[in-house]
Amino acid sequence: MIAGISIYEVLTVTSILFFIGVYGFITRKNLISILMSIELILNASVINFVIINKYLYPDVLQGVFFSIFIIAVAAAETALAIAIIINLYRQIASVEVKDTEIMKY
Amino acid sequence: MDVTYTILIPLIPLAVFLLLGIFSQKIKPAVSGIIGVAGLSTSAILSFYTAYQYFFVHGKVDGVYQAIVQKTTWMNFSDTLKIDMGVLIDPISIMMLIVVSIVSLMVHIYSIGYMKGDDGFTRFFSYLSLFSFSMFGLVLATNLFQIYIFWELVGVSSFLLIGYYYTKPSAVSAAKKAFIVTRFADLGFLIGILIMGYYTGTFDFETLNTVNHETGELALNWASNSFMGLSVITWALILMFMGGAGKSAMFPLHIWLPDAMEGPTPVSALIHAATMVVAGVYLVARLFPMFYFVEGGFALNIVAYVGGFSSLFAAIIAITQTDIKRVLAFSTMSQIGYMMMSLGVSGYDGHEGVGYMASMFHLFTHAMFKALLFLAAGSVIHAVHSNYLKDMGGLRKYMPITNITFLIAALAIAGVFPLSGFWSKDEILVAAFEHNMLLYIVGVFVAGLTAFYMFRLYFGIFWGKETKYEHAPHESPISMTFPLMVLALITVVGGLIHFSEYVSADKAGFEAHLNIPLALVATAVGLTGIILAFVFYKKENNLADKFSNAFGVFYKWTYDKFYIDEIYLFVTKKIIFNLIAAPIAWFDKKYVDGTMEGIGNKTVVISDKIKGMQSGKVQDYAFSFIAGVVVLAMVFIYLWTN
Repeated sequence: MIAGISIYEVLTVTSILFFIGVYGFITRKNLISILMSIELILNASVINFVIINKYLYPDVLQGVFFSIFIIAVAAAETALAIAIIINLYRQIASVEVKDTEIMKY
Repeated sequence: MDVTYTILIPLIPLAVFLLLGIFSQKIKPAVSGIIGVAGLSTSAILSFYTAYQYFFVHGKVDGVYQAIVQKTTWMNFSDTLKIDMGVLIDPISIMMLIVVSIVSLMVHIYSIGYMKGDDGFTRFFSYLSLFSFSMFGLVLATNLFQIYIFWELVGVSSFLLIGYYYTKPSAVSAAKKAFIVTRFADLGFLIGILIMGYYTGTFDFETLNTVNHETGELALNWASNSFMGLSVITWALILMFMGGAGKSAMFPLHIWLPDAMEGPTPVSALIHAATMVVAGVYLVARLFPMFYFVEGGFALNIVAYVGGFSSLFAAIIAITQTDIKRVLAFSTMSQIGYMMMSLGVSGYDGHEGVGYMASMFHLFTHAMFKALLFLAAGSVIHAVHSNYLKDMGGLRKYMPITNITFLIAALAIAGVFPLSGFWSKDEILVAAFEHNMLLYIVGVFVAGLTAFYMFRLYFGIFWGKETKYEHAPHESPISMTFPLMVLALITVVGGLIHFSEYVSADKAGFEAHLNIPLALVATAVGLTGIILAFVFYKKENNLADKFSNAFGVFYKWTYDKFYIDEIYLFVTKKIIFNLIAAPIAWFDKKYVDGTMEGIGNKTVVISDKIKGMQSGKVQDYAFSFIAGVVVLAMVFIYLWTN
């Protein structure tokens, strides 16, 4: 419970954060930027978990545990994605989405 | 009399076939020969035992040899129409069992010597066993469908054996030709069977052949439908005879038989001389009451004339051929024509049925001496490694046993007293003389021709010019000469069997007498033929060439077998291929294939057009996904807030 701040303000912030992530995911041309957008989406949901846990069910800890879980998964996923991007860069010397189209069809 | 055990007669060769066929790579040639001979010997012993039991222990009941049937239902179509499998024992099936088992056994023994050292020795014996199985099954069949099944099986074994030397293109094409021609004829047979089954409601020989003795008519009733002026049953019989004519190489379906000589000689002796080619005769004999009684024997007349013409036609061609096996092939065709003719002029009761009995008798004796001729010819071919008369001559000094046995067989087929051929041929001529003068004259003429071409062959092989051989020919081994001697013995004494007492159209048996004047005529004609051949071919001279030159065009026609093959080729290649097959193929390509290919091509084109929708970019998918979610969300918000 944070003084002076209701759950609505926090949820507004996380929603904005989430949609910034979605917008970035759709519009960015660079794979690294897309990865960062995904991180924003994840972070928005992590904050939601923590906040909803704190405001609605203050005597349990599931939300907090889940947020830690998501952070771990996000770290693994980022490592994997970076590895793929590096390998791709070695092949085509580029991290632009449009250059990966040779994998189509 | 329980005849269930006779089912073993076909089943033992089948077992041998499976054994040799499955383990053909593992079994040593010597062993497979012994297995084949042992299997066939068992079948032969069983056949003889059955014959003894049937004729001498069981004997006649009510004055006739009753047919004994043991069968089980195989396919049940309706209350009235069903197909059985079983064995039918009656005088002609017993006779055929004896013929097939003797000849097949002799050919098995002979093949051990003849095929020695051949790569496919085991395969050869397995095919022989398959053939024996099919032929025994055909003989024992109780109904039209069963006979049809085995009919096709003998066809396929014939195909396999003609094409035995499958690396030789001529053998392969001969095998195909035999199969296609007989298949074409069998189409008629099948349609005949179906018509018969449809209108009479039965396939059983017993039911079909039952004669009502009070009215002298068939006991069976059928709807009197007619087609083009003939009753449908007559049509069915004619169509069935077409199948029989194909198998028995009757004109104009004979073209496969000469080419079938590409097969190994024992095969020619077994299948294309003694057993399978008489299946057509057997079929007509099997349905003889039907042929005789339906519509005053119209179908039977066709049988008679086709048989008579074929016998004359083939005998003329046989005179000019130079391949000894082909001479024998045409001779076979001629003799089978004789049998058909004899059936065709036969009556039904008692002595009237002499033609039927003569046909069966000739089938028996012919099987023996024609198999002997083929086996002896095989022995000659084995020695000189050529099929052609020009490579032979003066062989009597090198091959005494083959010489004597061949001479016996040639005398028998020429109808010289007292060999078996004399008796059976005499009966045929008696039957023809009593019923149809034209066919009698044809028969006598053919008898003369037969004697002439057979002795042309004999003198050409064993006398004639003194050919110089690179390797001196020598007599064949005992495994090949033994069957020759056995068959020669049967040929000599076979005529003494009182055949008419055992085999006759009404199964009652009758006393056959030698008709002395007719016998004298036939013998005189036969001897004339032999003497002519003696003059022409005994010593090397140019008389024969002079004669053939004198006949000129006719000789050329005969030598080329009256261009029947060419006519077939013309009809198939020029007419059927161009006028029927080519338009149909065009339609098939253009429309049938075109539709299918059109559907395929259109699919390719359309998918090529729309494949851009699948960009492969996760961002695009995500955009669509989120746009969808947003739209749905707005819809639901709209719905809930109202």
